[in-house]
Amino acid sequence: MEIKKELMYSKTHEWVKADGQKAYIGLTDYARIQLGQIVFIDLPEINSTAEAEQSLAEVESVKAVAEVLSPISGTVNEVNEALINNPELINEDVYGSWLVLIEMSDPAEINNLMNSEEYENFCKTLSEEESH
Amino acid sequence: MKDKFLIFEMSRPGRKAYSLPECDVPQKELTSMINPEYLRKEAPNLPEVSELEAVRHFTQLSQRNYGVDSGFYPLGSCTMKYNPKVNELVAGYDGFRKLHPYQNGESVQGALELMYSLSEMLAEITGMDQVSLQPAAGAHGEATGLMMIKAYHRSRNDFRRTKIIIPDSAHGTNPASAAMAGFQNIEVKSNVEGGIDLDALKSLMNDEIAGLMLTNPNTLGLFDKNILEIAEIVHSAGGLLYYDGANLNAVMGISRPGDMGFDVVHVNLHKTFSTPHGGGGPGAGPVGVKKTLIPFLPVPVIGKQEENYYLDYERPLTIGRIKSFYGNFGVLVRAYAYIISMGAEGLREVSETAVLNANYIASRLKDIYAMPYNRICMHECVFSADYQIKNGVSALDIAKRLLDFGYHPPTIYFPLIVHEALMIEPTECETLETLDEFIESMRIIASEAENSPETVKGAPYTTVISRLDEVSAARTPILRWKKDL
Repeated sequence: MEIKKELMYSKTHEWVKADGQKAYIGLTDYARIQLGQIVFIDLPEINSTAEAEQSLAEVESVKAVAEVLSPISGTVNEVNEALINNPELINEDVYGSWLVLIEMSDPAEINNLMNSEEYENFCKTLSEEESH
Repeated sequence: MKDKFLIFEMSRPGRKAYSLPECDVPQKELTSMINPEYLRKEAPNLPEVSELEAVRHFTQLSQRNYGVDSGFYPLGSCTMKYNPKVNELVAGYDGFRKLHPYQNGESVQGALELMYSLSEMLAEITGMDQVSLQPAAGAHGEATGLMMIKAYHRSRNDFRRTKIIIPDSAHGTNPASAAMAGFQNIEVKSNVEGGIDLDALKSLMNDEIAGLMLTNPNTLGLFDKNILEIAEIVHSAGGLLYYDGANLNAVMGISRPGDMGFDVVHVNLHKTFSTPHGGGGPGAGPVGVKKTLIPFLPVPVIGKQEENYYLDYERPLTIGRIKSFYGNFGVLVRAYAYIISMGAEGLREVSETAVLNANYIASRLKDIYAMPYNRICMHECVFSADYQIKNGVSALDIAKRLLDFGYHPPTIYFPLIVHEALMIEPTECETLETLDEFIESMRIIASEAENSPETVKGAPYTTVISRLDEVSAARTPILRWKKDL
């Protein structure tokens, strides 16, 4: 499982790449492995409001349908249109396939997220729970 | 020999499946009988094959179907049990088969009596006060029940109750039905034993909660022993309890949802009561209610006055009609025949044997397949492919490999709270030998997962179509033949 050093992570397995007031949001490798191959994605409308820990998008894999929760609050600035017709791009490259670009209303929220090291430990505790 | 070609691909110009003698009467011009405007100019593009080719093609297609009549079908959560053929015989009687739904009541007294008696029997089995036979499926029953819950609260001028609590282990239909009935879904977590977390439930209860939907035994195949306390928590906060009867096969004649405190229940005749299942139905999902909800039942209700049966539409508080005519009548006849032929003792034995069979499989496989909720189970057992996933073999791979052994695979990746779930429901119908053969196959697959994981990951090998690329199948399915493809 791959975890990128430069990103921040949520407990629900989204990654955030902050760039000034803006932040790219994507799914982590852990989410990809859990979901299996993704076949559909439903992205929010541009200019819609994103609220931290609320539903942002929906992904459907060969196993299940899952909600993508927004790690941060703000306004949806852009969505990755390429994924709509080719959601399998996420399967091929999770960290290269951002879902949405959000204009953050409170960039300090980033501090509530985990860094790569914390996230790695978090994933470890999850897999320990599963195998007990 | 396997027939992989579409009948259009087998077509050869001029080949025919019929031969008629030369016409020995004068022929009339088509245009003298049919307005030329309506005559087609080109022949339709139909496949041209011999009679034998056509027979083989469709025979082979029919043999690709897999049902309980062809082999073991341990599809957890769906109770794929044997449908005794006597039920088919009875449903085919002219007196049932040739009825017309618009016949007047006096001429269909027998049919109405059957429906009335079936409702009474289902009410007895579930511990409810009255049953409607109209819903055409389980989820339809759920929607009907939830609409009655809504109507009940509204009739008391209580408009605040807009939310339904549903456990994280629930069937996917539960939140879907609640949403269809206009409710907002609230999820309640399971505890470590797989039941509802009582503290979590208590913290969710307030005057906006219309009710709780629950399956007991739940989707882990586990009976929630706290059910009376759960009912008390929900009732004391003004909510009602809905019982998803998908797992009724585990408890018939032993415990009743009505006694557990449920106010509404649906049962699946096509699961528990041995009517045909799959192939798109028709199914039947009768709904039973406690006294307080009787006024809200859908119309028509079958009434009885002295010795006469009639369709009662005069019910001011009814939620209305939810199905054309009177439900799927042919299915009701089969379920009636099943219940009558089993009898009360027989139904109890069904559940006891179903539970015994599931525990037999659980106890003989849990040394090699992980069992995250390792308790005595009810009619189904849930494994996890956690031991196998370490070698890259997933629940999906194991399910695909089972096809090579001639089985319908179990339910996988459900319930959602079990990682790499494999949900096995053997039902009461199988012999010890069948269960042993299945267990042996599962043990072979576990050993393959250990020693030659690639074998499992490449399965199936013996089916007409090997492993599908599920992403392409979902993304760009080719659903029909096109001439110039």
